[in-house]
Amino acid sequence: MGDIAIQFSSLADFLAMGTHGFYVWSAYGISAVVVVGNVLAPILRRRELISAIRRSEARKRSV
Amino acid sequence: MYEKLKRFYHQLGSPRYFYHISGHFLPWLAVLASLLLLVGIVWALLFAPPDYQQGHSFRIIYIHVPMAILAQSVYMLMAVAGAIGLIWKMKVADMLAKASAPLGASFTLLALVTGAIWGKPTWGTWWIWDARLTSMLVLFFLYMGIIALHGAIQNVQNAARATAVLALVGVVNIPIIKYSVQWWNTLHQPATFKLTEKPAMPPEMWVPLLITLLGFYVLFALLLLMRTRCEIIDRERSSKWVRQLVIAQR
Amino acid sequence: MSSTGPVELTPETGISQAVSARQDIGLLAAFGGILKRDLLLTFRRRSDLANPLFFLLMVVSLFPLAVSPDQALLHGLAPGIVWVAALLSTLLAVDRLFQRDYEDGSLEQLLISPSPIYLTVLGKVCAHWLVTGLPLALMAPILGAMLFLSPEGMLAMLLSLLLGTPVLSMISAIGAGLTLGLRGGGLLVALIALPLYIPVLIFGAGAVAAANEGLAYSGHLGLLGALLALALTLSPLAIAASLRISVDN
Repeated sequence: MGDIAIQFSSLADFLAMGTHGFYVWSAYGISAVVVVGNVLAPILRRRELISAIRRSEARKRSV
Repeated sequence: MYEKLKRFYHQLGSPRYFYHISGHFLPWLAVLASLLLLVGIVWALLFAPPDYQQGHSFRIIYIHVPMAILAQSVYMLMAVAGAIGLIWKMKVADMLAKASAPLGASFTLLALVTGAIWGKPTWGTWWIWDARLTSMLVLFFLYMGIIALHGAIQNVQNAARATAVLALVGVVNIPIIKYSVQWWNTLHQPATFKLTEKPAMPPEMWVPLLITLLGFYVLFALLLLMRTRCEIIDRERSSKWVRQLVIAQR
Repeated sequence: MSSTGPVELTPETGISQAVSARQDIGLLAAFGGILKRDLLLTFRRRSDLANPLFFLLMVVSLFPLAVSPDQALLHGLAPGIVWVAALLSTLLAVDRLFQRDYEDGSLEQLLISPSPIYLTVLGKVCAHWLVTGLPLALMAPILGAMLFLSPEGMLAMLLSLLLGTPVLSMISAIGAGLTLGLRGGGLLVALIALPLYIPVLIFGAGAVAAANEGLAYSGHLGLLGALLALALTLSPLAIAASLRISVDN
């Protein structure tokens, strides 16, 4: 393997990605949004399910 | 050994056992996925050398290719799980198949979107009727059909059986679609500049690709287990063990 | 089935009758019986037959109005237009493939009858193709003339539709089986079946386009034939499975 080094000289250079900053960052950004959404969905659903089951249990006990 | 494996397989078929055992895997998968993705993405964005033709837009490959590969393997997994559910009436397999459909569809969509974004600086247009992108689009349609069919059938068990049949039909068709689209593509446009076909990528380019690919696979396994566990809680909500589980959770 | 007169029905006679019935009905007869029955039922409601054809005609005549009546342009677009219109009208016709049998309960009877379900399903789809796909293929030259196809193009259109429409019927039968009895079934069948139609569309329209330009198109027809052979062997299994699931519903 050749020498591995940071390919950018400055933060601005990194953000610019040559001239392709918009394309690279929008691709990575959209992917991040989808991945985070995919992670959050089951967490939220689980929370919702558990509270729903708990409510119905409480209702059963009170009857 | 074989007997043990067989027993484990049958135990996995029980939703309660599956829920219990998968709980142990979740933290490890989460740690492994974050580690691999962190290393892979940082390497991809900062350390991988730019492509001599495409420049830095080449870095989109580290998302696009893993997503495209995952989209196809998730479909296969969904079909296999569906077949197991169909033949051996294994409830957990049905739930795995159901849980993998939206994940696969979102990966396919990401592969399409990142492909389009990559195409703009490379080809000069957002969309091109390239063989790979077109068969990805068809794969997305197949996922949408399965999700729509699952949503339309009220009875959970019948929904699982119907989507399993459709997924299997899709598996038979995917290679046919793929080759017909490739054939069509070579007919209509002489081989243009391919996004991913490179003459031997150097290791400092493909090692991070391998790492992100592995990372996304582990992430998928994690998400699949999380979704399946939700599904188990939902379907077994009237059973004693789920009620005890809910009460135990504070 | 047998003319032995009233027999006292004990479990044993019931089984032996079923067994003898199974021997009475040869495989071809089982297939032919379904075919004849379905054709007869369709011809009793003849108006249904013409509708997909008129739909095809109308869709095709929309294109010159929407795009341009330019002869050269339409000549180039014709293969695609006719094939896409054929796809859509196949979809339109598939609704009633199992619907009536499902509603009056005879589908359940067919599924539990002793004759092999593979042939039953194949017979139903064949009957459906004879009254929808075949007329559609025969109409191709008229559509070709409207869109200025070359004579070779028209022949290729006829042949490719003859080979391709049975595959379309098989695929849409899978969709129809899976969505039987569901609300919004028609749109759902379209979502399920359209992606699976793509190889047929590619090779079918490819054959016509090649013939249109005066090139050889036997390769395209060969591939369509291969798709037909595959569909004939595999799709009845999927259709039968989907019907069983829907009848359980």
